[in-house]
Amino acid sequence: MQYMLLIYNDPALEPAYGTPEFNEMMGGYFAANERMKADGVLRGGEGLQGVETATSLRIKSGKVETMDGPFAETREHLGGYYVIDVPDLDAALTYAALIPSAHFGTIELRPLMDYNPAS
Amino acid sequence: MSPAAPGPAAAIAVARELDRVMRSDRGRLLAALAAGLRDLSLAEEALQEAAISALGHWARSGLPRSPQGWLLQVARRKAIDRLRGAGRDARKAEALARLVVDEAAPEPEAIPDERLRLIFACCHPSLEMKSRVALTLRTVCGLTTPEIARAFLDAEPTMGQRLSRAKAKIAAAGIPFAVPEAELWPARLEAVLTTVYLIFTTGYVAGPGEPRDLCHEAEYLMRLIDRLRPEDPEIEGALAMMLLTAARRAARIGADGASLPPAVQDRSLWDGARLAEGRAILAAAVARRRPGPFQIKAAIADCQMAEPGPDWPQIAALYGALWRHEPTPVVSLNAAVALAEAGEPARGLAIVESLEGHLAGYQPWHAARAALLAMTGDRAAAASAYQQAIALAPGPAEALFLQRMLASLGT
Repeated sequence: MQYMLLIYNDPALEPAYGTPEFNEMMGGYFAANERMKADGVLRGGEGLQGVETATSLRIKSGKVETMDGPFAETREHLGGYYVIDVPDLDAALTYAALIPSAHFGTIELRPLMDYNPAS
Repeated sequence: MSPAAPGPAAAIAVARELDRVMRSDRGRLLAALAAGLRDLSLAEEALQEAAISALGHWARSGLPRSPQGWLLQVARRKAIDRLRGAGRDARKAEALARLVVDEAAPEPEAIPDERLRLIFACCHPSLEMKSRVALTLRTVCGLTTPEIARAFLDAEPTMGQRLSRAKAKIAAAGIPFAVPEAELWPARLEAVLTTVYLIFTTGYVAGPGEPRDLCHEAEYLMRLIDRLRPEDPEIEGALAMMLLTAARRAARIGADGASLPPAVQDRSLWDGARLAEGRAILAAAVARRRPGPFQIKAAIADCQMAEPGPDWPQIAALYGALWRHEPTPVVSLNAAVALAEAGEPARGLAIVESLEGHLAGYQPWHAARAALLAMTGDRAAAASAYQQAIALAPGPAEALFLQRMLASLGT
């Protein structure tokens, strides 16, 4: 099964650039990446720029509305994601626990839709 | 197969045998099916269909040598039919392949006991707590949806929806029917033991008058888990805690209907067999030298039943040890009460007062504060705290006990 691991955290709680905690976090991400690649489960993953760069769009009665900012104004923002392919939720949880942001934020696990059931 | 005489007598005998098998082995059959299918709803439906066809087949051809094996075989075939009918998507085709392999097993009655896998799936922390409880009671203990709804004072359709949602999530989120590996084991075991203990406390509070006594179901589950995974000290600790608490059940409410703490209970009403068994299991667990929160809680229950009265200094020390596993305000509150009972009421009261910010809405905090104020001699403050505790009491038995404590202040 494929799972998306959505990384949410409060930027205010994130370690600051140049501190030992920041280096530790980067090392943690590197190690998590390496482990997912070595185990052959990594299907993709990216980090996102901050919510100050976000633009939102919706269509109301046929008219496109474009707005500044993220979908929801929350303290914790979506900061990045991984997509992994593993046998079950327990395996996915084991990889989610490797993501350093879990220490100061939250990782949400969502199974991907299977659009190709005949395969 | 032995031939059965046709007619109503045979039909009644068959129905009775089917009922007996489904009562005693439903959980085990369901676990074996679900482990292969990875779909609890499908497993339940297939087993139900197999039970219905058993009535006809067994009445015609006589009881099979292994009714359990017969039901499992037929349920597997029913599941395959359903999967074929559903157009076999990728995951279900995979399940189908596993089933076909399973079906080739030579001895149908050699059914592997997969109930531990089923329990870990039903108690997965990605399910809501109440859903874990309901699903475990439904699938492992075989309670009906109306029985579970009744235990939780819920409407039957509400409970039915909760159960379907939980089963759907197991399938959609990929919750495995598996005993977790070492890395996940401690946290996942705790989720299982907490779920079973919640079943126990739900029954303990409701009393033994309900048609399905949840205390008995919880005890059955805990013994089953202990048997399927022997020599695990935390499982033993949880079983010991449950037995020690259950031993006091008949003494919990006094003759006047007031609830009584262990210290003032009529000890002749304690269940000596459960008490002895609980203590023996706890001793075996502790001897494994791998302490954990359930063993500590069992030791606390044991010390509360010490002769001639509770061993408060030891209880205070045990709550200190528990706090290192569970640093919660409730554990601090219990530690403070034990400290006060052990002869340091002023220190205990200071700790209780410091917890107000966390526990001001928690009824036992008011009751403990009242008792400790009374111990330190502040009768006016104790009286007002008792009044608050009475107003928040969870039931009439607790309220009555607190009213008696309030009256004994003589204010």
